Amino acid sequence: MNDMRIVKRDVDMNDTKISAKGVQVFYGDTHAIKDVDVEIKDKTVTAFIGPSGCGKSTFLRCLNRMNDTIDVCRVEGKILLDQEDIYDKRVDPVQLRAKVGMVFQKPNPFPKSIYDNVAYGPRIHGLAGSKADLDVIVEKSLRRAAIWDEVKDRLQAPGTGLSGGQQQRLCIARAVATEPEVLLMDEPCSALDPIATLQVEELIDELRENFSVVIVTHSMQQAARVSQKTAFFHLGNLVEYGDTQQIFTNPKDERTESYITGRIG
Amino acid sequence: MSDMTANTQPTPQKSTSSLYDETKRTKRRNQSEVRFKAYGVAAIAVGLFFLIALLVAIFSNGIPAFKQTFITIPVELTESALDKTGNRDVAEMSKVSTFGYKPVVTNALVTALKDAGIAIPFKKEKDVEKLLSSSVAAQVRDTVLADPSLVGTSVEFRLLASSRVDGYFKGRVTRDALIRDKNLDAEHLDIADAMAKAGLMATTFNADFIFGSDASESRPEQAGIGVSMMGSLFMMIVVLLLSLPIGVATSIYLEEFAPQNRFTDLIEVNISNLAAVPSIVFGILGLAVFIQFVHLPQSAPLVGGLVLTLMTLPTIIISTRASLKAVPPSIRDAALGVGASKMQSVFHHVLPLAMPGILTGTIIGLAQALGETAPLLLIGMVGFIASNMPDGIASGFLDPNSAMPAQIYEWAKRADPAYYERAWGGIIILLLFLMTMNIIAVILRRRFERRW
Amino acid sequence: MPILWLFVLVLALGLIGFVLGRMRALKDAHGDIRQLHSLPNYYGANVLFATLIPGFAVMVIWLIAQPMVIQSQVTSLIPERAYTDAGSLNLVMSDVRRVAEGLDVAVAEGAMTHEQARDIRSEFTDVRARLGAVGVALGSNVEPYVLQAAQKYRTLSNGGLWLMTALVLGAAVLGFVLSYLRTNKEQRSRNSVERVVLALLIGAASIAILTTLGIVLSLFSNTIEFFKLYPAKDFFFGLTWSPSFGGGSELGILPLFWGTFYISFIALAVAVPIGLFAAVYLSEYAGPKVRAIAKPLLEVLAGIPTIVYGLFALLTVGPLLVNLFGDGGALGVDWMKGGTAVMTAGLVMGVMLIPFVSSLSDDIINAVPQAMRDGSLGLGATKSETVKQVILPAALPGIVGAILLAASRAIGETMIVVLGAGAAARLSANPFEAMTTVTAKIVSQLTGDADFSSPEALVAFALGMTLFVITLALNIFALYIVRKYREQYD
Repeated sequence: MNDMRIVKRDVDMNDTKISAKGVQVFYGDTHAIKDVDVEIKDKTVTAFIGPSGCGKSTFLRCLNRMNDTIDVCRVEGKILLDQEDIYDKRVDPVQLRAKVGMVFQKPNPFPKSIYDNVAYGPRIHGLAGSKADLDVIVEKSLRRAAIWDEVKDRLQAPGTGLSGGQQQRLCIARAVATEPEVLLMDEPCSALDPIATLQVEELIDELRENFSVVIVTHSMQQAARVSQKTAFFHLGNLVEYGDTQQIFTNPKDERTESYITGRIG
Repeated sequence: MSDMTANTQPTPQKSTSSLYDETKRTKRRNQSEVRFKAYGVAAIAVGLFFLIALLVAIFSNGIPAFKQTFITIPVELTESALDKTGNRDVAEMSKVSTFGYKPVVTNALVTALKDAGIAIPFKKEKDVEKLLSSSVAAQVRDTVLADPSLVGTSVEFRLLASSRVDGYFKGRVTRDALIRDKNLDAEHLDIADAMAKAGLMATTFNADFIFGSDASESRPEQAGIGVSMMGSLFMMIVVLLLSLPIGVATSIYLEEFAPQNRFTDLIEVNISNLAAVPSIVFGILGLAVFIQFVHLPQSAPLVGGLVLTLMTLPTIIISTRASLKAVPPSIRDAALGVGASKMQSVFHHVLPLAMPGILTGTIIGLAQALGETAPLLLIGMVGFIASNMPDGIASGFLDPNSAMPAQIYEWAKRADPAYYERAWGGIIILLLFLMTMNIIAVILRRRFERRW
Repeated sequence: MPILWLFVLVLALGLIGFVLGRMRALKDAHGDIRQLHSLPNYYGANVLFATLIPGFAVMVIWLIAQPMVIQSQVTSLIPERAYTDAGSLNLVMSDVRRVAEGLDVAVAEGAMTHEQARDIRSEFTDVRARLGAVGVALGSNVEPYVLQAAQKYRTLSNGGLWLMTALVLGAAVLGFVLSYLRTNKEQRSRNSVERVVLALLIGAASIAILTTLGIVLSLFSNTIEFFKLYPAKDFFFGLTWSPSFGGGSELGILPLFWGTFYISFIALAVAVPIGLFAAVYLSEYAGPKVRAIAKPLLEVLAGIPTIVYGLFALLTVGPLLVNLFGDGGALGVDWMKGGTAVMTAGLVMGVMLIPFVSSLSDDIINAVPQAMRDGSLGLGATKSETVKQVILPAALPGIVGAILLAASRAIGETMIVVLGAGAAARLSANPFEAMTTVTAKIVSQLTGDADFSSPEALVAFALGMTLFVITLALNIFALYIVRKYREQYD
């Protein structure tokens, strides 16, 4: 794999978007996440890597409270989005999720038309004043997801009829249509073939101009290709967090090194 | 991708809005969420309300059927009326019909009333006999014929009160309602109250309702469900003996041996369709095939059992196949691997492992069959009085009989409201059977359920 | 009961065969089962089957063929003037059978000798009285030709019985002897036994086909009979239903259809919203504890026999509705005359269908992949938005299938309408009036003492046929939709 396929751009990476402090997650009696502190920067791609079952997806799902839908799941500690605690009881997860969008492992377009898939978020959140507004949002989102040219002639065709890579980009378009500030991606390429993976990776790099992107991946090459910051999780602990370059070339923790060199995982 | 930069300005007011403030729109959406959830709760509540209403109706109306009002009085069995020759010959005594016994019983009641100091406000003292069920003469006669030596003595009898009197004590019959009723007058009720006070009349548990036989239209106080219970029992024996082996054999064939071909498809389609055919159609089938074509006796539990077997088969087949499917292929492979034939692997290993599931399905199928009524109407299990207990196994299968649900239907169709109480009571018994069967099925499933 | 004894005899022969066959194989192998091709029991089973199968096969064929042969023989004795068509011939034949049975009873009770039973003539003896004396009641005096036919019937069936006994035993013994002689240690008895077992399994599986065939044939032949007596056009398009057993009936199915669909419609109007909301709540909102209690409780409603619902309609819901909507009722409207009405039956049937709709919909909603829910919730949709805009549209085909299945249940339901809907066939729009349905009329036309060859009784078969075709079509269509839907997410 050529790690330099994606051109690095200069983006402002100084503002902290999300800051997690002492986060603990329990699934019933299982302690899934142990005391994680992390600062996620704005306009940055942050990659969570680690062996499977290390808690990286769980932690990701804490960031927009998707874990709320699991009855036995309990979250402790603080997660601040723009200095506001997202687990505060005044916070409505519905509003939170409009700000923190999510793209899932398997492409999951709704069994509706392409147009309706993208328009779904704006409709429920009332972002469009008119049909014309909605058309604009749909087009803009599809363009941002780099799929406009492929689907502009068949917006009324069902979203489930697209190829896997197209479906995933459709899901990204659906996620960006609500104008989120953070985009969470849970192994977005694991169900895709290499070509589609490349397309999505290029897209992720472009998305960072507007969003803070957090991506969970089990592919270290992918993390190296698309991210500026990398966090390494192991057995529910955040082992190491830093610039991607540094993590991959000069890891401080020997567990990180073992993982990167393929000894654990 | 150069056009991207043109529309990439994040909406400014969005990023400044605080998460802590609930926007108007979110408030509205959350309200609609609450409403939607309330609809769901309401739906469940309505469903459960109907269940409770049904159970309340059944039990409040049905419990009285298990109690009956009896009159306990000494009856002077006068020789002159019952055995004129005086030699206690049963053959001779049986010539005295129930009409001969009636005055004896009536006199006994009049005497008992006088002894207890209860006034008889009728011109004809004989009128008090309306307090008694019309079945009492036969009851006394049976007792006398069973033991002729009782003649000439005074014997204490527990006699059925008439259904109106019984209804009065159960709150079904009111004095107002009696004004237009020729079966009983309000004065009778005064006597009844006085008798109850004097301990001559009491409403107690009535085992005859559970074990007794049906009675004629005019004697609801005497009717019981016992005979039709036997009818149901014989029917269930037929259903069990036929549907279990046939159902299991069919399932084994389809699950383990059937090749992928048209014939197999045909069987599968037939089974799934039969599962959805209305039960009344099975009744028509039974009438046309078993009664008109094969000339099996009408109203016989055997025919009922055959019809219900055909109806239950799909249920049993479907559940048996599911339990066969649940046995992992590795078991079959293991048996085949040590040199067993396919047949041996199925009968020695798969079938025993699937047995708890099969039995569960069979019991549930039987429970369904037990409560089924419509097909029984067509093969003639209603419209007559199921008054004879079957005297033997062949008679149990072949002699006309009713079945519990058919008996309940029969009672519901009769004009006297006293029969409604019995219909509800019959339902309680029927539901008790169904509940027991279902509980056994659940226990079987819990106990033997295997997770592979 | 000679047939039962014959059955037992053949069975006993088979069991002896089992023991002997097993012993012979073991003896041939000098008691060393390692030398046998199959386990000893298979050799026994082989003889058992070889005895039972021919024996029972002859018995079954004979029992089916004998009545037909006798029927044709006896029919020839009945003069043509005695009957006008096939229907009245059937009546005469049933008289013949009854007299024959009566003679049998008389002989068995010793009231007549064999010779008397064979030779008595109605011209000289009052057969009716003599049979009445042994408890066989006859409707009318016995015509000479009936008595003659009955005597012929007796001789033939007695003779047939003996012949059958001989043939059955012969076949069984032959099978026994042949298979016993063939038993030796080389014989592949397991293979042949397994072939027989497989044949039995296939036979059992074919019963489903036979049942359908039986339903279709019995409905079809009688429907054809009916259409010979009553024009099909009047049946399908007639607007009046007024059967009278004296003749001159009008048997139009439309009023019955109207009642059926009206009641089904009300039932679905009750069951579908309640069932659907209950299913949504149970699968999307309820915690595991609520689910574990509410779901089985709702399903109790499905396990209650329909006769109970019928009684509930007749005795509880009907009077209650009259108290509300009847003359002097709580609502002050005089809409309802009696307790039995479309509304009564419809409401109660709706209650019965709630668990049916809710558990089918529950399954279907649960089949919608979790990824759909995540996708919607991840975009910030509330649960109800997710349900309304993603899950229900995705589950729609399945739910439509479930509703169709429920509709087919409603159309075929009998006891609730027999007890709760009334008996009057009426074309009216008022749901508080009594109306009747196809199923209720099947019951009323076939119970009672109707003569099965009259159009008034035969019409029930035509009604049954119509009902069968409609429910079958609904079911096939519904199953097709549901299956198609399941494939989508498998």
